[in-house]
Amino acid sequence: MSRVDVRKTHKLFIGGAFPRSESGRTYEVTDSKEQFLANMALASRKDARDAVLAARSAVAKWSSATAYNRGQVLYRIAEVMEGRREQFISEVSDSEGVSSRKAGAHVDAAIDRWVWYAGWADKYAQVIGNTNPVAGPFFNFSVPEPTGVVAAVAPQDASVLGLVSVVAPIIVTGNAVIVMPSSSRPIPAITLAECLATSDVPAGVVNILTGAPAEVMPWLAEHADVNALDLTGIVDEGVAADLERSAAGTVKRVRGAAPHADWQATPSLSRMRAFVEVKTVWHPMGV
Amino acid sequence: MGLEGRAATLATRSIKKDSKIWAIDTAISMVDLTTLEGMDTDGKVRALCAKALHPDPTDPTCPAVAAVCVYGDLVATTRACVGDRVHVAAVATAFPSGRASMDVKLMDTKQAVADGADEIDMVIDRGAFLAGNYAKVFEEIVAVKEACGDAHLKVILETGELKTYDNVRRASWLAMQAGADFIKTSTGKVSPAATLPVTLLMLEAVRDFADQTGTRIGVKAAGGIKTSKDAIRYLVMVKETVGEDWLNPDMFRFGASSLLNDLLMQRQRMRDGHYSGPDYVTID
Repeated sequence: MSRVDVRKTHKLFIGGAFPRSESGRTYEVTDSKEQFLANMALASRKDARDAVLAARSAVAKWSSATAYNRGQVLYRIAEVMEGRREQFISEVSDSEGVSSRKAGAHVDAAIDRWVWYAGWADKYAQVIGNTNPVAGPFFNFSVPEPTGVVAAVAPQDASVLGLVSVVAPIIVTGNAVIVMPSSSRPIPAITLAECLATSDVPAGVVNILTGAPAEVMPWLAEHADVNALDLTGIVDEGVAADLERSAAGTVKRVRGAAPHADWQATPSLSRMRAFVEVKTVWHPMGV
Repeated sequence: MGLEGRAATLATRSIKKDSKIWAIDTAISMVDLTTLEGMDTDGKVRALCAKALHPDPTDPTCPAVAAVCVYGDLVATTRACVGDRVHVAAVATAFPSGRASMDVKLMDTKQAVADGADEIDMVIDRGAFLAGNYAKVFEEIVAVKEACGDAHLKVILETGELKTYDNVRRASWLAMQAGADFIKTSTGKVSPAATLPVTLLMLEAVRDFADQTGTRIGVKAAGGIKTSKDAIRYLVMVKETVGEDWLNPDMFRFGASSLLNDLLMQRQRMRDGHYSGPDYVTID
């Protein structure tokens, strides 16, 4: 007897749960040859608002976790992704229309990126922060603190490597993120969500909204409880400019669009540096 | 009959746009802004009073709340801050447990009124009520009402401790007969506090009392109401149960502290067209 197919419903990832879009909407995703792949949830502004609430409630605990703990959690994500390597490879090769070999290289690089950032968890503060020379009886030092809730757009082309490259540096420093993955290639993002849900990442630290950035991002750009925007994956310059303008209304930190960056290259500190606030302390001494 | 079902059905109403703007402003004007902590200080109460008068300092069109609700010893401070611009409510009669002698309860009430409270929130003796000693509960309410003088009396039933809907109905009726101006769900110190079904039941009791005697009694839902969505659900229920005559601060109140900030954020959302956040309302 033939088995009945077990078909997967792809949903959003908000606050550690997998809800359908509040709007009930979905959209079709095809492979590189225009063949139907799956129906994805089409996130609405209400979903975005729910995600902000989830992220806000997660940020206090995540940002006060020790650097070592955050590093371990990020490394754990790499471990869990490694176990799903074959699934990621087949999804990436279907979505992006690349050979399994090339998809394998992308997935391996994505897993390694988690490890790379995991290592930085207890080190970036020494590099970005400093003790400062001052002319007076003070011990003066600067420490980086997380910005808070970040809304990000992942690159449209690199479905898994680009997504990890955007998310990892945001969360390693203690921020929570609401990320919109590639809208035409979102399937690996949902698989990544399943990895995050089982990797000791506290609920709400990463929230994934599949759908149209042009529809949802303006709401996040204006939302007063979002502290920063990462517009990496925005292709249209006009849209990026509009989002930056909206973000100015509530004085958000913004990292600009970079849709065609080379994701295979070893990253620099700049993405981690983008979403921390440096606090400088003057501590009296020697008096 | 069908209390929970009806409350759940009414809660599905979707209130948007102009109705929502109206509902939020109405809800703000119905809030009894409350602080009932052992660690309350004059300073905290003064800050709360400032917030009561101007809930949203960035927007002068925002209405003031209905009242500030404090413990009896902080009534004088509160009155000095708010003048006669909002009501001052005091919890009295050995709030929240109600376990004290009658003399103490009456003194508590009289002192609060003398200090300037124009609303008294009293608790009933739940022990006596559950033991079936209704006469004792009734006489206490009558005595406290007398001690209140001109001040309005709100009778807290503490529905979370009354266990059954029948008891809530009976206690509501008893309080109204004894001269309560308002019946109030809870102290906020017991869980569950105000719920939609229990408030619906009390609203029905108030409606039936008005039908039979012609006297209109107010209702105050207190404790556990934290979001604008919740508040609007209560307003829908008020309108559908007792009608628009109760949709004003003289007849319906919310006892709350964190609710106000959520109402203000929703108000800013309707005004500015984008979602607001806790950074844009005052810290309690």
